[in-house]
Amino acid sequence: MNPSITPLPTTNQQSPTLVLKASRGWAALQLGEIWRYRELLGFLIWRDIKVRYKQTVLGVLWAILQPVMTMVIFSAFFGGLAKVPSDGVPYYLFSYCGLVPWALFSGGLSRSVGSLVSNANLIKKIYFPRLLIPISAVVGGIIDFVLAFLVLIVLLALAGFFPTLRILWLPYFILLAMVTAMGVGLWLSAMNVQFRDVNYIIPFIVQSWLYITPIAYPSSLIQNDVVRALYSLNPMVGVVEGFRWALLSTQTDLALSVLVSSGVAFFLLITGLFYFRRMERTFADVI
Amino acid sequence: MSTAIEVVNLSKEYRIGAKQTQFNTLRDTVMDLATAPFRRLSNLMHGEAYGAAELSESLWALRDVSFTVQQGDVVGIIGRNGAGKSTLLKILSQITEPTQGQVRLYGRVGSLLEVGTGFHPELTGRENIYLNGAILGMSRADIRRKFDEIVDFSGVEKFLDTPVKHYSSGMGLRLGFAVAAHLEPDILIVDEVLAVGDAEFQKKCLGKMSDVAGEGRTVLFVSHNLQAVRMLCKYGIWLEGGKVVQQGEVSTVVNQYLGASQHFDSPSPVQTTSQKQISLTAVRVKSTNAPEWGLVQVGEPILVEFKVVCQKPITNLNLGFGLRSESGDTLAICYSAPYQTFDLEVGAHIIQAQFSQFNATPGVYTIGTRLEANGIELDWPRVDLGQFEVITNEVLYGIRQESLINGKFFLLPEWKQMTYQEVSHEAIL
Repeated sequence: MNPSITPLPTTNQQSPTLVLKASRGWAALQLGEIWRYRELLGFLIWRDIKVRYKQTVLGVLWAILQPVMTMVIFSAFFGGLAKVPSDGVPYYLFSYCGLVPWALFSGGLSRSVGSLVSNANLIKKIYFPRLLIPISAVVGGIIDFVLAFLVLIVLLALAGFFPTLRILWLPYFILLAMVTAMGVGLWLSAMNVQFRDVNYIIPFIVQSWLYITPIAYPSSLIQNDVVRALYSLNPMVGVVEGFRWALLSTQTDLALSVLVSSGVAFFLLITGLFYFRRMERTFADVI
Repeated sequence: MSTAIEVVNLSKEYRIGAKQTQFNTLRDTVMDLATAPFRRLSNLMHGEAYGAAELSESLWALRDVSFTVQQGDVVGIIGRNGAGKSTLLKILSQITEPTQGQVRLYGRVGSLLEVGTGFHPELTGRENIYLNGAILGMSRADIRRKFDEIVDFSGVEKFLDTPVKHYSSGMGLRLGFAVAAHLEPDILIVDEVLAVGDAEFQKKCLGKMSDVAGEGRTVLFVSHNLQAVRMLCKYGIWLEGGKVVQQGEVSTVVNQYLGASQHFDSPSPVQTTSQKQISLTAVRVKSTNAPEWGLVQVGEPILVEFKVVCQKPITNLNLGFGLRSESGDTLAICYSAPYQTFDLEVGAHIIQAQFSQFNATPGVYTIGTRLEANGIELDWPRVDLGQFEVITNEVLYGIRQESLINGKFFLLPEWKQMTYQEVSHEAIL
């Protein structure tokens, strides 16, 4: 037996940099670690953005085309044909103003749910905080959002809407949309590692969610305060109403729905983070 | 010297295979199918892995593994496929958690379980260097600083702005290794990265690995290439069935490992092959003049021993064997007939084959066998029973390395200088 490799116990004065052992139950979030890996997070976001429109003819135009096409269809059928009210704003602006944050949310959610499985090769071969993967999938949607938002600004200017001080609230609503996408995305992406069923459910979830969010119709159709509060349990209600309030100066009473929506969104995010951290340890073995 | 890695009673359990449940009636079966989704869902909510409760068969990929590695040591981990080498590296790399026991690491760990992890085919070589570097744990500043070196080492300057999907597989590997080679962790964990790529690539990797080892970093290295393990490592750890069989000085461990793969002393599996009249149960190889089994020196005479167990008397036995290289190429096939056949009584017998010289280049070789008598096949084990390593001896140390690394055979002719007059009368020219 060689002196250099001896059976334990060996005494060691320094304390280890890292101790690896089985963990049980709920794990600490270790958000500090995510901060340490922020450069990798940056690279992952950059990769997602860079790769998304590779080998497409229209490229980044897709980021604009999708919400614009939906706006056209909504305007023709809901606005024109069904005469859905739009809080006194031209219907196309009304719907597009909802579709822009919606695209940020739905795109982020859809991408994050499949993100772990599509990065299985990374998960099986190298260590880094797994949270980076779904987070980068959500945050990577910001470029698409900015492009669609630029179109919104042009439409607003053409229609004679100019920014008021309310626009200072807009970043919060953008954050709220991403927090919601991340919260739900963390839950579902971790489940998707174990059960690929989630992949099949997600288009259905996104579609249903669109209907329960006031995008094609105004939430002012709901008069009862209790029902409104329940309705705002959907965090995207607060986001979409917030967007319209900030950009179109619609006269909705915002406080209640934004409060309820924010509460739910952050609740989803925090529970999602803990659930993800708990499931994370089996990812490499199961994926 | 201080400790770099301490592994204490490390175990890892994997659940495999589904539990067999007996369903007596159709109703039970239907009920099970109907309730299974809810059971799984409840497991999911309790944070259990997919189907864990339904898997009863478990496999201990590692069982009570303990060892200590000192700072600056280069340690090779050897063992057959399924011995637990990769599981050990996965735990040390923090990819998966141990089931029991713990690992204490002193210093920053970098691991390389695959060349080019995270390469994206749509991104260019330049972009992938940054991405891969970041994934391996390098900072943006580090990568920028070493960028030129990495490009130089990879030899793909011309294609830096070409998407990696257009690279040949060799170029991809070179680029991936170039990035990894410029990692500077305190502890480096490397899996079988040398198993891929051509001979030149492997040589480059080996060279870089020995540089890294020379810089005083702690390196943990898994390889099937025992020659590489011998060259690079100071110490060896031999894993078998998830347990440490032996650890210590590398040549001792490697020699023991090769010696043990002969199965010569294990009890003959007479019962299991009782339906056969005769079976070949073990093969071992050594240099004729050396005591150790499993090691053969280039150019020396060698001895191959076959252990044959007969259930019935056999006449006219023809023993054949094939020599296979590590990459699976059959290099030679040799039968005893028509030069020699054997008449054997019931019981165990040893048959020897001697060669005056064995000239395969250094590496690990295996021997497959086949027995027949009077043209009828009697036994053909589908696994190669014998394994041995060819090494260079001291006499050959002065020889150019490429004559031992490239090529399959090592030739050692007798050279002689002649004058024209000496040969002209034989009318050669």
